[in-house]
Amino acid sequence: MFYGFLAAWLIVILYVVLLAMRERKLRRELDRVRQMVEKR
Amino acid sequence: MRDKILYALAAIAAVLLTRNLYTIFFVLGEEKNQGAIWRIFEFHFPAGILGLMGFIVATVFSVVYLITNDLRYDAIAAAINEVSLMFAAIVLVTGSIWARIIWGVWWAWEARLTSMLICWLIFAGYLMLRRAIDEPTQRARLSAVVCIFGGVDAVIVYKSIEWYRTLHPGPVLTIRGGGGMPPGWQETAYWNLLAMTCLAIILVMVRMRQETVSREIDSLRRLAHSF
Repeated sequence: MFYGFLAAWLIVILYVVLLAMRERKLRRELDRVRQMVEKR
Repeated sequence: MRDKILYALAAIAAVLLTRNLYTIFFVLGEEKNQGAIWRIFEFHFPAGILGLMGFIVATVFSVVYLITNDLRYDAIAAAINEVSLMFAAIVLVTGSIWARIIWGVWWAWEARLTSMLICWLIFAGYLMLRRAIDEPTQRARLSAVVCIFGGVDAVIVYKSIEWYRTLHPGPVLTIRGGGGMPPGWQETAYWNLLAMTCLAIILVMVRMRQETVSREIDSLRRLAHSF
């Protein structure tokens, strides 16, 4: 039973970490593209 | 305003989950035939509802996109599908762990489990398809079509508990015509459903914001290349 709860919450935590990583990547990409547009 | 909603939902979810965990582990007793493992139902059921309902709601948004060609509906569908896929994964994993204890096997190729696995694979394919196509309109159109197929399967999975009498337990909740559960168990499951719904809404809102940023990046790239 403990493993069931652990597995469920691990999946949630993994997804939240994935979201955070994607957020950082998108912010970096947005800054980069904005700078590219401003330079032109 | 949006951030305030997110923080409020997070606070509600945290309080409810803490209360529910305390109730599940320290207040509710053990099940006569299953022992302690029955407690997994308190997470398996809400995850199942959120996963399947999420897929069905996303299918509706996909249909609306196909009618209106408004990419916002595609973004909403994608966000909901991704979060629902996570909950569907929880259903499959918790179900397998329960099955190992009760049936003695991790998996059985019976109607409900198989249709749920197919549903999960369809929506995993939906996300992979979206990553493979760069052009937004084509991506939205093709993924909407895949989503419709997945949505039909989600309805089948939801109804399979009534249609098929297989290894998977039949309805236990009184709302679905089941025999009911001991006092406190059903209520706790519904409280957990509320807590996990708050969590789902938070994740969908965060994911939708990421879709918005992604669309902004696409339009800025087009602007940069048009110079």
